Amino acid sequence: MKTKTMTEELELFGCIQCGKCTGGCPVSRKTVLNIRSMIYNMLVEPELDVNAHEELWDCTSCFTCVERCPKDVQPAELIINLRGQLVESGRIPETIGTALMGVFRQGNPSGVAREDRTAWINGTEIKAAQAGCELLYFVCCTASYDQRVQPVARALVRAFQAAGLDFGTLGTEESCCGSGVRRMGEVGLFEMLAEENGELIRSTGAGRVVTTSPHCFNTFKKEYGLDEIDILHYTQLVAELIDQGKLELTNEVNKKVTYHDPCFLGKQNQVFDEPRSIIQAIPGVELVEMDRNRERSLCCEGGGGRMWAEGTNLEERLAFQRVHEAADTGAEILAVACPFCLLTLEDAVKVEGLDEADQDGRTLKVLDIMELVDMALGDE
Amino acid sequence: MSMTPTDTKIPVTIDGQSIEVEEGTTILEAAQRLNIPIPTLCHHPALEAYGACRLCTVEITYNGRSRLVTACNYPIRAASLTEIEVQTASEKVLKGRKMLAELLLARCPNATAVQEIAASMGVTETRFESGSEDELCYLCGLCVRTCEELIGQSAISFVGRGVDREVGTPFLKFSDACIACGACAFVCPTGAIKLEDITDKEPRPLLSEFDMGIAKRGNIYIPFPQAVPKIPVIDREHCLHATLGRCGACEYFCEADAIEYDQKDELIDLDVDSVIVATGYDLIDPHTKPEYGYGVYPEVMTGIEFERLSSASGPTMGKILVNGKEPKDVVFIKCVGSRDPHTGVPYCSRFCCMYTAKHAHLVRDKIPDANITIFYMDVRAFGKGYEEFYDRVKHERVVYRRGEPSEIYRRNGRVVVLAEDTLLGKPIEIEADLVVLATAVVPRADAAETAALMGLEMSPDGFFQEQHPKFRPVDTPVDDVFMAGCCQGPKDIPDTVAQAKAAASSALITLARREREISDG
Repeated sequence: MKTKTMTEELELFGCIQCGKCTGGCPVSRKTVLNIRSMIYNMLVEPELDVNAHEELWDCTSCFTCVERCPKDVQPAELIINLRGQLVESGRIPETIGTALMGVFRQGNPSGVAREDRTAWINGTEIKAAQAGCELLYFVCCTASYDQRVQPVARALVRAFQAAGLDFGTLGTEESCCGSGVRRMGEVGLFEMLAEENGELIRSTGAGRVVTTSPHCFNTFKKEYGLDEIDILHYTQLVAELIDQGKLELTNEVNKKVTYHDPCFLGKQNQVFDEPRSIIQAIPGVELVEMDRNRERSLCCEGGGGRMWAEGTNLEERLAFQRVHEAADTGAEILAVACPFCLLTLEDAVKVEGLDEADQDGRTLKVLDIMELVDMALGDE
Repeated sequence: MSMTPTDTKIPVTIDGQSIEVEEGTTILEAAQRLNIPIPTLCHHPALEAYGACRLCTVEITYNGRSRLVTACNYPIRAASLTEIEVQTASEKVLKGRKMLAELLLARCPNATAVQEIAASMGVTETRFESGSEDELCYLCGLCVRTCEELIGQSAISFVGRGVDREVGTPFLKFSDACIACGACAFVCPTGAIKLEDITDKEPRPLLSEFDMGIAKRGNIYIPFPQAVPKIPVIDREHCLHATLGRCGACEYFCEADAIEYDQKDELIDLDVDSVIVATGYDLIDPHTKPEYGYGVYPEVMTGIEFERLSSASGPTMGKILVNGKEPKDVVFIKCVGSRDPHTGVPYCSRFCCMYTAKHAHLVRDKIPDANITIFYMDVRAFGKGYEEFYDRVKHERVVYRRGEPSEIYRRNGRVVVLAEDTLLGKPIEIEADLVVLATAVVPRADAAETAALMGLEMSPDGFFQEQHPKFRPVDTPVDDVFMAGCCQGPKDIPDTVAQAKAAASSALITLARREREISDG
């Protein structure tokens, strides 16, 4: 697509150059990415040379720009479109190419064999959703393959079992949701995934789909056209189960916990209260807030496909800043509700040495909310 | 509260001035009628006389004998053979009062109310051994009596005896009876009573609507200094007399006897020939822009809150104070919600550019060394003299930076405004002590109700629709109903006045025609 046509299709002419997008962009502070100025260039120059903008890969798709744009211009969608041009011509960072290839071949960005997708289950009996179920649990590639995230999926299964839900998974037929694929500009591959997954999901007859990841949740809700199905992030479902008394959290977890709002759950879908209500339902937990919370949460920089690409500034990672903000609250646990936040922030805690005791003997540990819930559920 | 005076008039002479009072009137009340001051630290017009502080001691002479009595609880009666003569400032009285002041000062050396009244008698030091430096209670019992007599809860009383006597709750535990009305703390002259010592119930302070919640108000109050009519109103929702039938203290203070608790709101039917709708506007709730942290940071306020803060008749008498300090770095953010279809306000609010310039001017005037930054998307100074004012403000070292800030957060104890300076083309952070949001003008919350009532139409923006944007700007679909001001759309004062005059003259046409019909008919 020529940039000129893009200008019209994305209605960039509505932009009033107020700068609220770039002002709020978490990566604009550390790289040369300036989406406001890029839009201006699109408006006044006949052609934008995308090859000259390596920083296009820096965007995390946190969508702060989209949420705050007074004129509904959708700056992040422009980035996705421009990346699309780069993808089409094959000019993409190698690591992203590898991830896309992995998704294409094995249905996951790590490129690990499709047959191993259910290895996380550890022998537990889980119903095949294809046989029909009320609730479909969509596990997510990261939760399926990454050893650090697998316990989150297992904790969810234990919670669903404890609550007596009729649920199933797609097993090895589950493929990447394509959220990161689309955001990295590979729209064709995304459409393929959406069609395959969409058909599979519909075929189960499940009225509700619950996801581990806010990324799957967001794309199912907004980009899959699954309007007849109730799409939930697990925090919504678990909060509901606790509220209905179906899940009893009995074990005390005597910890000071702070919560990091994932962009795809909070900013983009306004799910702010449910994760907090789960944390507060755990006996013994004291929830403390970071200054930047809810709509002002700071992106961890690991989402939207950025898990596969380093970006142009390796020194100042947002995750480093974020874990210090968490530590400053005096919390011992930084709770998250997203596989990418979990991995990115845990790495940052280690790099910044916050996992080692400070002068007060305090350490910071990153845990998914489900890991906390699992501790509170105890052994059953 | 006097001891139920009767109708019989008794003559009395106070400091040589004669007056006739109803039998049972106290000497203090009689003296007050003659404007003769008698000091007291425990008297309250709405409470039974108590005689605790004894500072109101006066010398009375009748039947040839003289003695010292407390004026607050000494009723003037007809029983004496000769007329009572009162001396409020005889040598004996003054000597006695000074001794009392010294004793009070010894008990409460740091209570301002005690220091002040003692000083008025020339007593600044005491010969007696002072008690605790922190003691503020001199056992006047105003709190105890208020709680019992006015509020009817008796949540607090005197406990202990002799030197151990103090005000407290039963067993010094949090009181169940307390309703957290705060009357005890309000009436206490020295601040000795703290509500949090009495109850764990949360008091709900009443915030002044006119002062945009930055000051408190009472249950009976004058809505604002220029109110027409300028008379007090009672907040029936919170007034203890209206809700529980208690208190009624204001009645004892009103010299004009104007308090009527059973006064009712009246609905008046008016037969009129023309109506002008001028119902005004609301401001958008700044919480709809959560990125600015309104309600999270006390440093972030709206333009209209700043207006009260900087007003000479406002709660700070015009001193610009944030967290008790004068701000040095002040940031203004324009178009908060305006020109923003994303939040449902597609239009320009039209007067924020100019009031923000005025606010910046006020800051410069009151804080000459302040750093003032105004963030803007566009500056719209379109009225007569407006561009000139904008120029003037810029010359007053106010920096206009182009870019709509995207977020406010806290760092190292200060708020930080994050924006892109679009002319520099780079993101910037500005630390601030005060951030003022120029929030969008929106239709009144009850605009649809008013429209239905009056038969008006609403334009897509929610304001009332004029019949023609150019030729019938104050006309509505209903004959003889006109409109003026911000109910039709945001406008500044000159435009509002112009429109109001147009509406008034349109109404006059109706009235003139009717007059003609009457005289013709």
